[in-house]
Amino acid sequence: MTAQVDLLHVVTTDNITPRRIALGRTLVWGSAGILLLLIATQALFENGYLSFGFENWRPVLYAYVFWAVCFCASQVIIRGEQGKRALFVLPAVLFVASMVIFPLLFGLSIAFSDWNLASPDGRSFNGLDNVRQMWADPFYWNALKNMVYYTMAILVEYAIAFGLALLLNSQIRAQKFFRVAFLMPLMLSPVAVSWMVGKSMLEVRFGPIARLARWIGWEHPSFFGTPEMARTMIMVMDAWTFIPFMMIMILAGLQAIPKEVQEAAKVDGASAIQAFWQVVFPLMLPISITAVLIRIIFKLKLADIIITVTSGGPGGATDSVTSFIFREYRDRSNVGYGTLLAMVYLVVIIIAITIFMKLVDRWMNPRY
Amino acid sequence: MSDSQIFHDSEMDLSHRAKWLTKRVAIYGVLIFWTIICLFPIYWTITTSFKIAPDVMQGNMIPWVDFEPRWKGWKSLGLSPNTIFTESTVRDEFIKRFMNSIKTSVGASTLALILGSCAAYGLSRFNYRFGFMRNSDISFFFLSQLILPPVVLALPFLVLYKKFALLDTSLGLILLYTLTVLPIVIWIMRDQFSAIPVELEEAALVDGLSVWGAFFTIILPIALPGMVAAFILALVLTWNEYFFAALLTSTDAKTLPVMVASQTGSQGINWWSMAALSAAAIFPLVVIGVVLERFIIKGMASGSGK
Repeated sequence: MTAQVDLLHVVTTDNITPRRIALGRTLVWGSAGILLLLIATQALFENGYLSFGFENWRPVLYAYVFWAVCFCASQVIIRGEQGKRALFVLPAVLFVASMVIFPLLFGLSIAFSDWNLASPDGRSFNGLDNVRQMWADPFYWNALKNMVYYTMAILVEYAIAFGLALLLNSQIRAQKFFRVAFLMPLMLSPVAVSWMVGKSMLEVRFGPIARLARWIGWEHPSFFGTPEMARTMIMVMDAWTFIPFMMIMILAGLQAIPKEVQEAAKVDGASAIQAFWQVVFPLMLPISITAVLIRIIFKLKLADIIITVTSGGPGGATDSVTSFIFREYRDRSNVGYGTLLAMVYLVVIIIAITIFMKLVDRWMNPRY
Repeated sequence: MSDSQIFHDSEMDLSHRAKWLTKRVAIYGVLIFWTIICLFPIYWTITTSFKIAPDVMQGNMIPWVDFEPRWKGWKSLGLSPNTIFTESTVRDEFIKRFMNSIKTSVGASTLALILGSCAAYGLSRFNYRFGFMRNSDISFFFLSQLILPPVVLALPFLVLYKKFALLDTSLGLILLYTLTVLPIVIWIMRDQFSAIPVELEEAALVDGLSVWGAFFTIILPIALPGMVAAFILALVLTWNEYFFAALLTSTDAKTLPVMVASQTGSQGINWWSMAALSAAAIFPLVVIGVVLERFIIKGMASGSGK
């Protein structure tokens, strides 16, 4: 726990008069009043109790922004110096809270309803029907299983990234050139990549990779024919874009290791392999775990490549949860069911990541 | 026998040299192999955009040797030398999408940078108490947004945006993109700010600046390289974003990735025009990657510090 004193200690005498406090309070409550009034008006108007109102909820949004600004201003007015400090964090907190917590709560409420956006009936609460449907939905479970496979692929990516980082860290010429070249895939949009690699280079008739495969001796190359092959191809493409990311994090870690440590290992007579496993790798563990964790988080969002290259095929074999929900919405435009699936996914992720962190923690700590 | 050598390299030294050489060859071999893996798709896309149908079918690869480069792909985009000054609906469409992409990605990155830098600075300097939340809780609150997969927010936002008339607007996309990159920006910037010694601000405060004055005039200029790094990382992520853009935009605010993706489905693929489109879509980031590589690496490296 950090000390309770601010790192940057400021002493000022604030002269806050009661009138100032009153002004601040008026600002907050006044703007909140406007906001509530607008919400009430609009809600009544939508349900037909009121003859006047706005075309959409946009004015409510403006009122909310106005309230947020007033709230921030009142902090300074009421609390003086302390308020000025709060002002650093407050906008971001308000932004994230309103962009995440409110939609999440709203999402929870639509997760238990049947809401087809295309139909005029609107939303109808249907209790646990969506849960039952999910339980019996083999495609969703399949997508979850695929996510496990996709996440496992990170181990291979990590090994490759580590190897490349070691190479880049060794004494080579044109280091900058290689670094830029290795970084390039990360800059490219997955959609463009899925066209460039997935659709054109893996084209079975005349794509260069298919040609190469034929030359090696694979008679009829088919990259998206069987489920295993298709899944591997998706993994490869995703790995291609994200290996640079891990590579750079590991490279940064490698460069931070003091030279003396390795020299000491050499003096003690360690071979290169020994020096790596006994010295470099343990030192790199914390950074490796961060890199892998961030990579897992990115992997869990995997969708664009799948949507554009295979759109889940063959037979849902390559679906990730995100791409499955995307298609589910595209095909049936049922918001309720898709939201429930996403919520379950979120819960699964939170549990899995918590377990992962706990395991890592337990595994790391006894050592030191 | 006048040229006979008196001193010979011993067997051991020679073998050492050979070993060193093989090691070098192996290292450079792997490096060059991986460079090819990284760069070949880009090369392939750019060359394909200058091919015509037979060249694509025959898989010709090297311009001027295998095939004669043509402007066909770029012509269909309206960007070849002889069509650049004529009317072209495809080009207008492309430019519109391109501008949309720039608008959303720059807008979101800027907003995230402003919100994120302030928050990160506050968290690195002061102790907050918002109810039960202390600094570490607030940091965790921000960073935990990373775990939230976009799909969880996607459908609720779709419904909400419809209500707020934000569907198919750049503003809507900017707000969402800001949310997705904000944790990364905060993460990078927190690292940057805690590396700056507090004494600097203390001196500034003694000289009569306010907290915010010190932040703007002293700290921000020092943290500028880190801010550039965070900005570029955010730019890359938002420029390439497809999922939200595909879901939440239809005609007006459609971004470049959505345009690229929507070309692939229908009536067979025009290889050359798709290649030209992809090449144009990746071009800005390739340039950024080459020119500002230093900052990108710095950004990612500082993120790994904690």
